[in-house]
Amino acid sequence: MHNKSIVELSQALRAGKFSSVELTRHLLARIRRLDGRLNSFVTVTDERALAQARAADQRLAKGSAGPLTGIPVAQKDIFCTAGIRTSCGSRMLDNFIAPYDATTVEKFNAAGAVLLGKTNMDEFAMGSSNETSFYGPVRNPWDLAAVPGGSSGGSAAAVAARFAPGATGTDTGGSIRQPAALCGITGIKPTYGRVSRYGMIAFASSLDQGGVMTRSAEDAAVMLGVMAGYDPRDSTSVDRPVPDYTKTLAEPLQGLKIGLPREYFGDGLDSGVAGVIDAALREYRKLGAEVVDISLPNSALAVPVYYVIAPAECSSNLSRFDGVRFGHRCDKPRDLEDLYKRSRGEGFGAEVKRRIMIGTYVLSAGYYDAYYLKAQKIRRLMSQDFSDAFRKVDVIMGPASPTVAFNIGEKTDDPVTMYLSDIYTIAVNLAGLPGMSIPAGFCASRPVGLQIIGNYFDEARLLNIAHRYQQVTDWHTRAPAEFGE
Amino acid sequence: MEWETVIGLEIHVQLATQSKIFSGAATAYGAPPNTQACAVDLAFPGVLPVLNEAAVRMAVKFGLAVNANVARRSVFARKNYFYPDLPKGYQISQYELPVVEHGTLEVQLGDNESKTIGITRAHLEEDAGKSLHEDFHGLTGIDLNRAGTPLLEIVSEPDMRSAAEAAAYMKKIHTLVRYLEISDGNMQEGSFRCDANVSVRPRGQATFGTRAEIKNLNSFRYIERAINHEIERQIALIEGGGTVIQETRLYDSAADETRPMRSKEQANDYRYFPDPDLLPVEISEEFIEQVRQTLPELPDEKRGRFVYEYGLTPYEAGVLTASRELADFFEATEKTSGGDAKLSANWVTGELLGALNKYGLDVTQSPVTAAMLGGMIRRIADNTISGKLAKQVFEAMWNGEGDADAVIAAKGLTQVTDTAAIEQVIDEVMQQNPEQLAAYRSGKDKLFGFFVGQVMKATQGKANPGQVNDILKKKLSG
Repeated sequence: MHNKSIVELSQALRAGKFSSVELTRHLLARIRRLDGRLNSFVTVTDERALAQARAADQRLAKGSAGPLTGIPVAQKDIFCTAGIRTSCGSRMLDNFIAPYDATTVEKFNAAGAVLLGKTNMDEFAMGSSNETSFYGPVRNPWDLAAVPGGSSGGSAAAVAARFAPGATGTDTGGSIRQPAALCGITGIKPTYGRVSRYGMIAFASSLDQGGVMTRSAEDAAVMLGVMAGYDPRDSTSVDRPVPDYTKTLAEPLQGLKIGLPREYFGDGLDSGVAGVIDAALREYRKLGAEVVDISLPNSALAVPVYYVIAPAECSSNLSRFDGVRFGHRCDKPRDLEDLYKRSRGEGFGAEVKRRIMIGTYVLSAGYYDAYYLKAQKIRRLMSQDFSDAFRKVDVIMGPASPTVAFNIGEKTDDPVTMYLSDIYTIAVNLAGLPGMSIPAGFCASRPVGLQIIGNYFDEARLLNIAHRYQQVTDWHTRAPAEFGE
Repeated sequence: MEWETVIGLEIHVQLATQSKIFSGAATAYGAPPNTQACAVDLAFPGVLPVLNEAAVRMAVKFGLAVNANVARRSVFARKNYFYPDLPKGYQISQYELPVVEHGTLEVQLGDNESKTIGITRAHLEEDAGKSLHEDFHGLTGIDLNRAGTPLLEIVSEPDMRSAAEAAAYMKKIHTLVRYLEISDGNMQEGSFRCDANVSVRPRGQATFGTRAEIKNLNSFRYIERAINHEIERQIALIEGGGTVIQETRLYDSAADETRPMRSKEQANDYRYFPDPDLLPVEISEEFIEQVRQTLPELPDEKRGRFVYEYGLTPYEAGVLTASRELADFFEATEKTSGGDAKLSANWVTGELLGALNKYGLDVTQSPVTAAMLGGMIRRIADNTISGKLAKQVFEAMWNGEGDADAVIAAKGLTQVTDTAAIEQVIDEVMQQNPEQLAAYRSGKDKLFGFFVGQVMKATQGKANPGQVNDILKKKLSG
């Protein structure tokens, strides 16, 4: 059961081959048995999952089931879930139970999906390796010595390990695409504004975007169809109809123009990863696509610009965690200042503190123009680079990450090297574009992800391009040895 | 040395929207603590603000009323600081691009004197909650009902030169926002709050002196006192060889003095930046025109019309147009009175306002309605009662004894206007007071009043005073 795709599971449920309760029990048992090795879940919601599965079975029996009815999924622990702890990977929210569901959670509930639990993540989504979590690092199912990537590392590992056929993620600078690449699964970060941010705990509001992590593009199309859409509670969500992403999956790729930004293939790119990407591009040529060289001239500035804007926004977004109304509060505060200092000092981990401090600094009087304002100007230039590119090509492709998964502990003492692992994904967030990562092969037995970047609201096109590739390759069906059977 | 004072005001007006500026929670005042604060107001993780269009509409209405420029694009920013009554750790406020800029307001300073005060800007922002320091055994309570209530912060140019001018400007803004129905202006409940920037400079000097900001000026009375006190403090300081430092001072109405806030409270670097959760506010011409259609007659127009249409003095017109409700009351009174504007104005500004002040009532709470007052004035005009009797009628109406006609009937207050009857009373009075009559006739003119008094006494005040005068004069002179 656990190797089946969402589409296959949905068909089997409708055909009565097994029930959602059986499927849910099976996956819960797998998590219980195997997640000790990975630490991909922070909270497993057994009882609730079974209750939802029973309800889904009734819906299936009545014939009023949708494509996700009865399908177990995992939610990244950044999406608020009423009555279930939402920790955001932080000690600060270790005791936090939201009184409301995120819009995304509401939508999955309404679709009849079954919530298996909440997945581990870098603290407040700040990290590229899932090592900053208060709940400990997540391990990569392909190699337990390796990181799964981050920040949606728990979701990526859980999907790769066949604990859940699909999971949600969020992507501020690559947090869906990079772990998807490192765990050999499919992940899509839609256009900024496509998925509601309401109830999704903010890291950097102008960059954060929810998305899905599945094994195949087809499954991603089904899940994204449920997750996407305008939400009046999120002013930055876009009021625009959601197409049926599954309808256009099979469109031919004849004449597709793929742009390769030369800046994504320079120094710093692992040669093994480069080889895998080359091979993937050969497949696309065979499918009728044309590959052309392009330039995104400001690419080198993506990381520095991101590490001004994202911390600036996070320093403000995380001010609400003050020990007054919810979350961690220090023991016996002497006065207000002591309450703030100790609650925040104890509640936040080192990486979160580092970013709050960077952000506070770049917004300070006297530095704002030199850092924040300048970064915003460069951000506009980078968006312009993409607009120029999309006048020449339909999509942009390249590696999702410069290397395969690195080992746990390898980069924790060197934040700058860690930050560089998002060098190819960050610009997409700065421009607000949709981006995907799909499994394209292996290098030293660790997965490599191909990144596909589209123009605004071109999710259907991205899923189509990914799906066609997955029709002629089997990388997305490969399972890590320990978790295949 | 002769000193000149320079004052600019920042007025915070709570807008009378049903719900908060960025959430759906109600804004009504006085609910039990934290019952009108939703997840957005409490700044729970993951929640997002959504702008309330009604607040924008009200800001635009104000902008149009002060002939300001309404920005086609304005931006909400975050003002970052930690305080327990500020749940998000930042206040959403307009900073670099406010919704209203460059307005003016004409302020009356005397009967024939007025001054134009510049309005630098007016911007939308959210109010904070309240810290409650009493009843918590040394701890502080937080009430977030007010958090997220829309505010319009109206910033003036430093155009005022005395505390009286500042108070007049503040009153005018108060009148205006209530005319526009964008705020209830209730100062006790904090719907209308004022901070003043005050500095002094030697008369003739072009540059401004260093200013101090006085916070917490929440009544028309306090603002004058606080500013005057601050002016004296600054002059004394400079004349004593000291210098004014730029600081924030709090006015303590009990001690009648201003004192500096702790420096810690003013050392904030607010780290403003555009709020990424909100899109820029785009305002179309069409929207502005729509709002323009909803503008009522403004205080200045109404005042002018009262002078022109009713022949009132500028002073009377000013008093009557100080609030829309009072102006409406006057107009309704004038109408029922049968068009006696002068008498209506006298009664409204005199007896009515006096009674309202005495009992601390608003004109909308007056036990004497405009129809009742107008009806009474009609009885004065048609000579049923004299002005003097009318005071008794008014008092009876105030006490709930019915309208003028009912009171007149019940008390038998109808004026005696029958010439023969009055002549008869006068004759009797003259007969009863032969000595006084003789004295009068020998030149003691002053005794005329005595005879009037006797006649009125004999008629229990009901004799028509004009007729009494005329007839008495004739008869006394023999």
